Amino acid sequence: MAITEDRPLALEAGAVTKVAARPLGALTRPQSDVGWASWFTTVDHKKIGIMYGVGSLFFFLFGGVEALMIRIQLAAPDGQFLSESLYNQVFTMHGVTMVFLVIMPMAAAFANYLLPLQVGARDVAFPRLNAFSFWCWLAGAIFLNTSWFLGGAPAGGWFAYAPNTSVTFAPGSGMDFYAIGLQIVGIASLVSAINLIVTVLNMRAPGMSLLKMPVLTWMLLVTQFLLLFAVPVITIALFLLTFDRSFGANFFNVEQGGSPLLWQHLFWIFGHPEVYILILPAFGIISEVIPTFSRKPIFGYPFMVGSGIAIGFMGWGVWAHHMFVSGVGEISVAAFSLSTMFIAVPTGVKILNWLATMWGGRLRFNTPMLFACGVIAMFTIGGLSGVTHAVAPSDTQQTDTYYIVAHFHYVIFGGSLLGMFSGFYFWWPKVFGYKLSEKWGKINFWLMLIGFNMTFGPMHVLGLQGMARRHQSYAKEDGFGFWNGIVSAGAFVIAFGTLAFLINIWLSARSAKRNPVEVGPDPWDARSLEWSTASPTPVHNFDVEPTVEFQDDWWHRKWGENEEGKIVRKAYPADIAQDGSATDVHLPSPSYWPLVLSLSLPVIGYSVIYTFWLMIPAGALFLAGFLGWALEPADDPEAAHGHADHGHDDDHDADASADAADEGASVG
Amino acid sequence: MTDTAVDAAVDAHDDHHPSDLFYLKIAAILALFTAFEVGTYFVEDSVPRWFLFLSLTVLMIIKFVMVAAYFMHLKYDTPWFRYLFIGGLVLAIGVYTIFFLAFDLFGLG
Amino acid sequence: MADSKLSEATPAEATETVTEHTVEHGTTTGISNNKLLMWAFLGSECLLFGALISTYLLYKERFNDFAANLAPFEQDGRNIGPRFGGEDGEGVFDIPFTSISSFILLGSSLTMVLALSAIRRSEYRSFRIWTLTTAALGSVFIAGQIYEFTEFVEKGLGYSTNIFGSAFFTLTGFHGVHVSIGIVMLLATYIMHKQGRLNSDKAETVEIVGLYWHFVDVVWILIFTIVYLFPQ
Repeated sequence: MAITEDRPLALEAGAVTKVAARPLGALTRPQSDVGWASWFTTVDHKKIGIMYGVGSLFFFLFGGVEALMIRIQLAAPDGQFLSESLYNQVFTMHGVTMVFLVIMPMAAAFANYLLPLQVGARDVAFPRLNAFSFWCWLAGAIFLNTSWFLGGAPAGGWFAYAPNTSVTFAPGSGMDFYAIGLQIVGIASLVSAINLIVTVLNMRAPGMSLLKMPVLTWMLLVTQFLLLFAVPVITIALFLLTFDRSFGANFFNVEQGGSPLLWQHLFWIFGHPEVYILILPAFGIISEVIPTFSRKPIFGYPFMVGSGIAIGFMGWGVWAHHMFVSGVGEISVAAFSLSTMFIAVPTGVKILNWLATMWGGRLRFNTPMLFACGVIAMFTIGGLSGVTHAVAPSDTQQTDTYYIVAHFHYVIFGGSLLGMFSGFYFWWPKVFGYKLSEKWGKINFWLMLIGFNMTFGPMHVLGLQGMARRHQSYAKEDGFGFWNGIVSAGAFVIAFGTLAFLINIWLSARSAKRNPVEVGPDPWDARSLEWSTASPTPVHNFDVEPTVEFQDDWWHRKWGENEEGKIVRKAYPADIAQDGSATDVHLPSPSYWPLVLSLSLPVIGYSVIYTFWLMIPAGALFLAGFLGWALEPADDPEAAHGHADHGHDDDHDADASADAADEGASVG
Repeated sequence: MTDTAVDAAVDAHDDHHPSDLFYLKIAAILALFTAFEVGTYFVEDSVPRWFLFLSLTVLMIIKFVMVAAYFMHLKYDTPWFRYLFIGGLVLAIGVYTIFFLAFDLFGLG
Repeated sequence: MADSKLSEATPAEATETVTEHTVEHGTTTGISNNKLLMWAFLGSECLLFGALISTYLLYKERFNDFAANLAPFEQDGRNIGPRFGGEDGEGVFDIPFTSISSFILLGSSLTMVLALSAIRRSEYRSFRIWTLTTAALGSVFIAGQIYEFTEFVEKGLGYSTNIFGSAFFTLTGFHGVHVSIGIVMLLATYIMHKQGRLNSDKAETVEIVGLYWHFVDVVWILIFTIVYLFPQ
């Protein structure tokens, strides 16, 4: 946490009593924040956000290839492209990848980069913990994918229903990679959630009450609370699975009285809040984009916030709608059917509010706005099919068919992913200092939108015609061939749309390098605090900590009302934005240890799968990372004189990381 | 700086560090309750089950609340901590009660 | 005063000698980041242990039904439960023994809070004694658990024996791991103090470790009643 001269020194409880500059004699903290190596030791939320973004896009390509493989297999009846075993692995990994390795880290990219900026802070509450979250996520993601080379990827579906996932029915290590890989990724999410919650509660700029925060910040906050409470549940489910598979427990041993429903309940108690975790960040993103490109404030800010909170609460009461046909019994089915119908309401509120924001606004259809409108339209369709699922009798028909596949792709792809792309285009100039090409942006958007609807629209029909999910092939007599052909073609259109995005990045970056154009702090005439500082964002975020008077405070500094109530320009961004020129702002120092500590986790994982002897190097890495973290000197020992505000980066993190890492450590 | 928040926190927090004697008293009460709980084991056969369940549950809750309120200082600290902890607690109780109901009464349980 | 193990000062007197428990300046809510972290973490732990306790309760019930339906020839030790089955038909639980463990853990909560009290008043010798005592009591508890579990295994209830065993050992095992980590944290605060890095100004570190420790105790309050004391 940095301080400048014009506000009182921020003192943690208790001054630093003794700062050991070189506790182990040899190890000092890295100091540099430039150069490629600095990315491995960075604790800067912006760099971490960028790494999450790059990682998620990389895995998006991975998951996309997996999708294309599925679609090649299913393009025509009796496909031979993928064997049954391989098909199961591919669709499992497609799901796991897209949920845990794409959408969640993509949201984390935006959360990490933007949340401190939007609340007017210089970083998150626990910068090293933040770095640890990222490396932990990456370690888990890679660990999970090494399964392809180590005997086969998990093949039990992303939902991994027991006892299908037991050693008897899923021999080999695939499901172990699933269970342990997701544990590791889960630790990243949980730790990050705590970090961001503390950041939002404790690090807001002066004047920024909770009800003056941007809608994106609110949606991200609700998301973090959902993560905070949902991740422990799947943690237990995954432990039970691992204990069954690796240590002979009987949790899903039906012969001994074990219950498959135990898995389903625990998984979906996590799984349903999880889908809100997937969508709320995107809702937040378009809640920033739409007002900007409608040149109107968000309609009904309190309702946007309230409905987000309502979704957060209500999302806990609907999970068994994923289990209508699993034999939970009529009363459960009726109860959850009812609760599921109600949860459409807060989302409906949001959709109405976005539309009302656009209504009467002076609309500009730049690429971010196109994607945002895409979200509204596509999510509405997905929401409508969702409502049909809520009606249990009709869901009985739809479940395990492609109708469900259509629904969740409309909401996740059409909602979450398109929302994230809106965010990419919107904040790209803030992050990188140049805009992405509008021309290629439109190509990207239309290819994606058309391809997406070609792919998932017909799936509604196929589902109602009875095409079952998770089947490697279908027979000619089934009559599914025509629509499946369209679906598969659509998938390749999406692929071209994705390619257009990558081309856009490459061309725009190249063009920016050759003909650098000063994009300015606020190219879109936007509303929140991140636009009040230079682009690309200075490493210290703000020269001077902003003070906040209004919601959409930045916008109010640029625009005011004259005597007739007409909106008139008060100031131009270039004149009032902070230019990033402050030089002596103190920032948290980089650190090796988050990376080291996170490396121990996959080694623990391999140890559980292969041999407990690996626990020795795992333990060594863990201990090294832990002790290194706890003992390393506070940020910049020279600057520690008189400044005692880095307390939060010191020993306490060791405790926190111990607790957080405990959940991974106790796997072994 | 949000001085009002700071002042409020100072007022709420400042004077309430219970003395060691107070903690000892709390611990003694807890021990007493625990002794009573253990005692139920010895009279299990002669006392109606519903009474055992009720008294054990009540005592469990009281002990939980006392440790949280006094040892963990939740009673005297800022309400934020209460929200976080009780939020998690209520959510857990709610969700798992539904879970248990879905099994016990209506399902294959 | 510095050497007394117990202070009988009233709160008012105590604050005079206590380092002023400063409110966080620089945080919007006035609370410290670290404390907020710990409470958020404890909130999430409620969901964690809730899942374990629910699984245990569910499987205890299922096990009772399951074991009751086993034909005599199927009772190859698989029907051994908490209070029934096994060689002597009495199951495995030893309530008196576990009760002692409970008192020990409860006592450790008291010593924990006394340690915090001591460091706030800069009574460092008391702090050291109470901290080590807490860690020691925690270790005795763990030792008791280990002994208890080996007894269960000897009597025929292992981790893989039946669904009751799996659920029971998983629940108590998770709790035990949490206690063990708490012991490590306590020893860490002790060592940090000895190195001069932890004094009354940094009492909050002890407070945060204490929060974790009390939570672990609170979970045991739940486990002891639900697992051991509820009539079968």
